[in-house]
Amino acid sequence: MSNSDYDIIIIGGGPGGYVAAIRASQLGMSVALIEDKHLGGICLNWGCIPTKALLRASEIKHMLDNVDEFGFSVSNIKMDIDKITKRSRKVASQLSAGISHLLKKNKVKVFEGFAHLDKGSSDLKTVKIKTKDKDIIMTSKNVIIATGARSRNLPFVTSDGKNIWDYKSAMTPDKLPKSMIIIGSGAIGMEFASFYNDLGVMVTVVEALPSILPNEDEDISKIVETNFVKRGINIRTNTTLKSVETFDKNVSAEIICDGKIQTITSEKLILAIGIIANTENLGLEKFNVKIDKGHIITNEWLETDEKGIFAIGDVTEGPWLAHKASHEGVLCVEKIAGHKNLNPIDKSSIPGCTYCRPQVASIGLTEKKANLQKLNIKVGKFPFVGNGKAIALGDSEGLIKTIFNDDTGELIGAHMVGPEVTELIQGFSIAKKLETTEHELMHTVFPHPTLSEGMHESVLDAYNQAIHY
Amino acid sequence: MSVNILMPALSPTMEEGTLSKWLVKEGDTVTSGDLIAEIETDKATMEVESIDDGTIGKILVREGQEAVKVNEPIAILLLDGENLSDIKSIKKVPAIESVQEIEKIESKEKLYFSSNKTSKIDLDTNINIENFKKNETRIFASPLAKRIAKQRDIDLSLINGSGPNGRILKTDIENFNNNKNLLKNKITTNNSNSELIKNSSMRKTIAERLVQSKNEAPHFYLSLDCNIDQLLKIRTMINLKSNDKYKISVNDMIIKAASSSLIKVPKANASWENENTRYFNNTDISVAVAIDGGLITPIIKDVQSKGLLEISEDMKLLANKAKDGKLLPEEYVGGSFSISNLGMYGIKEFSAVINPPQGAILAVGSGEKRPIVINDQLSIASIMTVTLSCDHRVVDGAVGAQFLSVFKDFIENPSLMLL
Repeated sequence: MSNSDYDIIIIGGGPGGYVAAIRASQLGMSVALIEDKHLGGICLNWGCIPTKALLRASEIKHMLDNVDEFGFSVSNIKMDIDKITKRSRKVASQLSAGISHLLKKNKVKVFEGFAHLDKGSSDLKTVKIKTKDKDIIMTSKNVIIATGARSRNLPFVTSDGKNIWDYKSAMTPDKLPKSMIIIGSGAIGMEFASFYNDLGVMVTVVEALPSILPNEDEDISKIVETNFVKRGINIRTNTTLKSVETFDKNVSAEIICDGKIQTITSEKLILAIGIIANTENLGLEKFNVKIDKGHIITNEWLETDEKGIFAIGDVTEGPWLAHKASHEGVLCVEKIAGHKNLNPIDKSSIPGCTYCRPQVASIGLTEKKANLQKLNIKVGKFPFVGNGKAIALGDSEGLIKTIFNDDTGELIGAHMVGPEVTELIQGFSIAKKLETTEHELMHTVFPHPTLSEGMHESVLDAYNQAIHY
Repeated sequence: MSVNILMPALSPTMEEGTLSKWLVKEGDTVTSGDLIAEIETDKATMEVESIDDGTIGKILVREGQEAVKVNEPIAILLLDGENLSDIKSIKKVPAIESVQEIEKIESKEKLYFSSNKTSKIDLDTNINIENFKKNETRIFASPLAKRIAKQRDIDLSLINGSGPNGRILKTDIENFNNNKNLLKNKITTNNSNSELIKNSSMRKTIAERLVQSKNEAPHFYLSLDCNIDQLLKIRTMINLKSNDKYKISVNDMIIKAASSSLIKVPKANASWENENTRYFNNTDISVAVAIDGGLITPIIKDVQSKGLLEISEDMKLLANKAKDGKLLPEEYVGGSFSISNLGMYGIKEFSAVINPPQGAILAVGSGEKRPIVINDQLSIASIMTVTLSCDHRVVDGAVGAQFLSVFKDFIENPSLMLL
């Protein structure tokens, strides 16, 4: 046995890495965390959090535009995009500083720099960190790769930060463009579409698949699409991007729909077509670490084929969500600590949220996927128009859909669109985790008047017992 | 006044049983005669009926609980207009603590099957509901796991939960079900070279009775070869005429021959009862049947008054019931003589353990062609070796030998059975 410098070395300080580091420290391990750019990762600095700050601004804009209904009249509303952006950045930096404090409090050694792995003596791994002024070398038996992912470019179009934007440029516009094309209608694309549309930008969404939010249940996607179209967003589904040409003041994109080529032009174009994992230059090729379709392959305990090298979060297989990364971090560390009675993460029980207006939240199987698995299902639907609180809020567009296994009463999917559904979905997450059946959900007392009553009604509807619809 | 539903005695000798399944839940309305629970006794599963009308107020014994003593309260039945708070207000629910107590009540009420009115028992002597709860080991399982287990008739107490603090999850039920044949009753497998299987109450009863037999009954063994050529010929002839309506087996004919022999040698049809020896007038023949997880001996009754067809039909019916675990106690408890036939496995000869309190058991080997000597000439015949195990306390060597020679006579000359 050779002595190692740390019990665990974690590469990457995003929601996977920093959570893993804190958990490891709680369990009495010595931990080194290596981060190249910013603690908190993309999520906190350039993803989940700053976009929520931006969307808060566009929500307020939407509210101001509709105050009349509530008995107010405002005039001369002025918008300062610079201020909106700055607030978003401030929120991010406040949280990043918070992470730094948390790590310090938990005695995690944080190193700034880019890490590179090498084989060490016996079962040790050597990690070389290139910092600003020097190289640091350290060893450990356990290394967790939590390097995350970055946005994907297309072979013929790469974001340049001028007229072709990636998420970073889209979050920090100098001035509001008049028009934009968004390529991809996943969560990121839809959030930008909603944000810019509410601020008055002419938005066109290009999606190769037949519906927007293609991972969501079809009923939910349809409601979002109807809402977007009504707001003036141009939705182009079944449409692929052929080429992009940039000019000084705008971009033009050739798109193909039904075999017909068409050229559309706008001031900006946002690429939101998914991610690629950051697996390069880490030295992984020296180890028995398998990479498939760009992502690191692990077992259910997040260990790669190389003993002692683990991978969590976006660098591994999907879903690529911050909360999945954090959970993996905790599980991985507890496994390394030798905890018994751990359960692997059940990927069918990871909720997903999209913060466009109307919000979308879901967990488990869609109706289509349940049918593909030939499950005997019962489906409940409850529209927010039957919910008192939603009507009082003036926000009654939306639907709560629940899917049960008819044979066992297992809740296999819940899909929601409408007011604050991203906050509601956790109820179904708990229900799924505790393996409740329709019986417990039907006999749970939901408070009145709340939006959550719609969840209850949807369950009741699956068994033909809905009261308010 | 609420009524205690008691663990029934399904047979006069039953002392305890396993409450294998509740057919009702708390709050269910039942009327007299409704099935409320299934009880697993030594060898079979029996259903328990309610003897009163009312509502199930409280279930006191969890599903799967073993060794529930006869006459222990298993549930509380609320009669018309009562509710659970009536029970709570009594605080101490009457129950039975000791054997004396049971006997006292039994003499008062002639309890055999079901319940006693709480009003008739001294309220102060007993155990309250809380005590019953403490005795239970609560099984933690998710609602979904519970439901799937119920649907698939899986006993949760046999499952190791993989959730927090051993909570049983859906996946545990699914894994259990997938490996049901291999892992039935598995408790733990810390050792990869072996696995621990929980003994069913049937397995325990078999063990107990076999040990009792070998400890108490002095066994001796007598073997004899029987020529079954004639018997096979007659069997073929009988079955040829059946038009597929029946199929008499060699075993059916052995049962008949054993019965006829017992009638001719009644001293072999006996059992030891310490102070007395009981000689049976009827020939109730217990036939060993292998079933999943053990064996059982259903009884063909009054064989002396039955023809081959009736014996054959009885045998088929009882064997099927045995395999489904549906035998009623009176169908397997008792009997005066046993037959165990391993001929179908090609066993040449073996000696069986006596089925107490019976006095003898006949072990039947396979019929096979063997060289035999007739009139100093070597010839071939189908020979079946039988071995009689006798309890020397009731069947002496000469009696056993006499029985076997009569049996051989019937087997080799089946037409004599017509007499």
